[in-house]
Amino acid sequence: MMSWLPENVSTFGEEIDYLFYVIYYITGAVFILVTVLMLLFLILYRRREGRRARYSHGNTALEITWTVIPAVILVVLAFMSASTWGKVKRHAPPSDFQVQVTAKQFNWEIVYPGPDRKFGTEDDFQTENDIHVPVNKVVHVVLKSKDVIHSFFLPNLRLKQDAVPGRDILVWFEATKPGKYELPCAELCGFGHSGMRGWLYVDTPEQFEKWVKESWSQG
Amino acid sequence: MSDSAAADVAHAVPGHHEELGFWRTYVFSTDHKMIGRQFLFLGLFMLIIGGLLAMMIRWELGWPETAVPGFSWVPEPYMYDGIIPPQTYNALFTMHATLMIFFVVMPIMVGCFGNFLIPLMIGTRDMAFPTLNMLSFWVGLVAGIVMLSTFFVPGGPAASGWTAYATLSAKAAYTGVDWGQNLWIISLVILGLSSLMGSINYITTIVNMRAPGMTYFRMPLVIWSLFITAILLLLALPVLTAALAMLLFDRMLGTSFFLPEGGGEPLLWQHLFWFFGHPEVYILVLPAMGATSDILSTFSRKPIFGYHAMAFSMIAIAFLSWVVWGHHMFVSGMNPLLGTAFMLSTMVIAVPSAIKTFNWLGTLWGGSIHFTSPMLFALGFVSNFLIGGLSGIFMASTPVDIFIHDTYYIVAHFHYVVAGIIFAMFASIYYWFPKLFGRMMNEPLAKLHFVLTYVFFNLTFFPMHILGVGGHMRRIYNPTQYVFLQPLQPINVFITVSALLLALSQIPFVVNLVWGLVAGRKAEKNPWQANTLEWSAASPPPHGNFGAAIPVVYRGPYEYSSPEVEEDYLPQDRRLGTEATAARSH
Repeated sequence: MMSWLPENVSTFGEEIDYLFYVIYYITGAVFILVTVLMLLFLILYRRREGRRARYSHGNTALEITWTVIPAVILVVLAFMSASTWGKVKRHAPPSDFQVQVTAKQFNWEIVYPGPDRKFGTEDDFQTENDIHVPVNKVVHVVLKSKDVIHSFFLPNLRLKQDAVPGRDILVWFEATKPGKYELPCAELCGFGHSGMRGWLYVDTPEQFEKWVKESWSQG
Repeated sequence: MSDSAAADVAHAVPGHHEELGFWRTYVFSTDHKMIGRQFLFLGLFMLIIGGLLAMMIRWELGWPETAVPGFSWVPEPYMYDGIIPPQTYNALFTMHATLMIFFVVMPIMVGCFGNFLIPLMIGTRDMAFPTLNMLSFWVGLVAGIVMLSTFFVPGGPAASGWTAYATLSAKAAYTGVDWGQNLWIISLVILGLSSLMGSINYITTIVNMRAPGMTYFRMPLVIWSLFITAILLLLALPVLTAALAMLLFDRMLGTSFFLPEGGGEPLLWQHLFWFFGHPEVYILVLPAMGATSDILSTFSRKPIFGYHAMAFSMIAIAFLSWVVWGHHMFVSGMNPLLGTAFMLSTMVIAVPSAIKTFNWLGTLWGGSIHFTSPMLFALGFVSNFLIGGLSGIFMASTPVDIFIHDTYYIVAHFHYVVAGIIFAMFASIYYWFPKLFGRMMNEPLAKLHFVLTYVFFNLTFFPMHILGVGGHMRRIYNPTQYVFLQPLQPINVFITVSALLLALSQIPFVVNLVWGLVAGRKAEKNPWQANTLEWSAASPPPHGNFGAAIPVVYRGPYEYSSPEVEEDYLPQDRRLGTEATAARSH
């Protein structure tokens, strides 16, 4: 099942995938254990003439065991998850490159700061649906929405964040491999939701410089 | 307390009743059993519609933008020669979820079995407020009619998902749906009234009207589950109703509770909705767990394993269900620190569910298992709940949820839990049918129904996990629009074929139901040799349920294979003499 995960190309994606696998193996083991026991009991204890069911109301020691063990595993999982969660959503490293993404029915509006590296100035460069970022750099994205809630989803970067009207939400990522990655909207946003899609271009330093030169000068 | 209240009712309602006319017996009945049957047929009717909507959704996902066979009659702009346009697709999944949750699972598990079983199983003659009970059904039916009417208003039904996230739901311009969404809100407000009436009735009845000797910890677990469900309903529904009123005001009166341009906050809707919505999940699943516990014990011929742990784990779920709503909002823009807190509470709520699963296993251990159709469906529920429970742990982990949130992984998860309830529902129908209608259903046909349903249920919903791992978003109209989803399309086709076969697998049930109602073998009083009080009443029980005398309860509900008696069951109201003193002390 896990082989269907899209290729990961972000720095924190590895940690997310690691947790995904840990939970997959733990739940897989529990699933097999419970299913095998259940099938075993169904076969062993099927009705047979002359055999009476065991008259038992339970077993306190057993019940405490199967309460405590899952509780410990689950709390440990929560603590393991908390540090990765903090890294992805709470403690963004300082940015090398910034871009604003404003969602609207049914496109992503992308704004770059332009040559002066400041937003809100005349040389800002605006485009739709295509985001170019340099590889191996920390990118900050300020997410906004003009109308309804959309969701900025980069499957290959293991990144998802809703864009909420009335809020500026900061997300960050660092892509580790040049390429072209799909950017679908993951939150129902109206009749055009399906097909609301952009592309993330992760460029090598040379490609990125070339792209900046060619497009930003036009703006 | 319970003794005197039950005695009062016994005086007020004598064992003999005047004959009532057709209208008061079958239509405007105040008899809890008839109201239960009415809820059952309402739920089954809605199940057919909800199921048809699901088939259309699956058709679109399997073979996007091709004509659905047999639907070329639907006028434009709702369909184009049988082809579903995106707007209609959004309405289909919105209405599918709305109908299945509010008009199938709630009416059947809570409405039908709550009404039918509570008075019979605690040993009383009717609900505390019979007229309120009748009103609860008729108000619920009005809600259903209002909801179905949205298929016929200009602009079509609501299309903002059953979660109706603001701002999409708060302005007609965003979806193009005007009255469809307004009526959706109004219908759910009306349904909330119906459920409130029902829950007040359930709570009052269980607290005050238990038969002599029926202490709280001698109540069957299905009654415990309905009791807790009623309390959750009473506390959760007003929150939904308030949120719905605010949403309607935003749409119709120009307020801005959820609209940022007027100073509102879209996330407020999500907080209110899920503050209701998560307890709602347990409102749906607790009665299924309760019924499953009773059925597993009966057909294992063995006491339920850890009765007290089962009751307390449901109480724990009820408390914890109020502090986990934020796990629906990890990537919503809610403060990430809150996400960490909700992750912890969500991990904790998995513990009582684990206890229940292990105790069900413990019940089977050492039993003498009869593979009847109710038992098979109850086992099917446990097997599905196991998968649904385990897949929930992935989502509880905030970092993993970043990736799988709003993908088919979630769709797989909640169908294993919520659509899995349908197994408990069928188990309950097959189990209590003799008591509901006084006739037996056909057992081989019921087993065929189980095998087909179990196989195609899993072939439909399990592959959805794979789609989710592949990143397949939910609520998209055409997956082939995305390059990264194209390799997954054969799985979508597979799921659609399985879903169509799952729908066809319900034919044996429909045949069996009709056949059972009309020509089924007359049921005896206690066909399953079960212990609980409903089996002491005639099949079907008469008006007033229990003849001249209310049963007296001497023991708990799960005394199967007790060494005290030769046969392998010992009804709660059977007096052996040995326990007479113990019973009096209660």
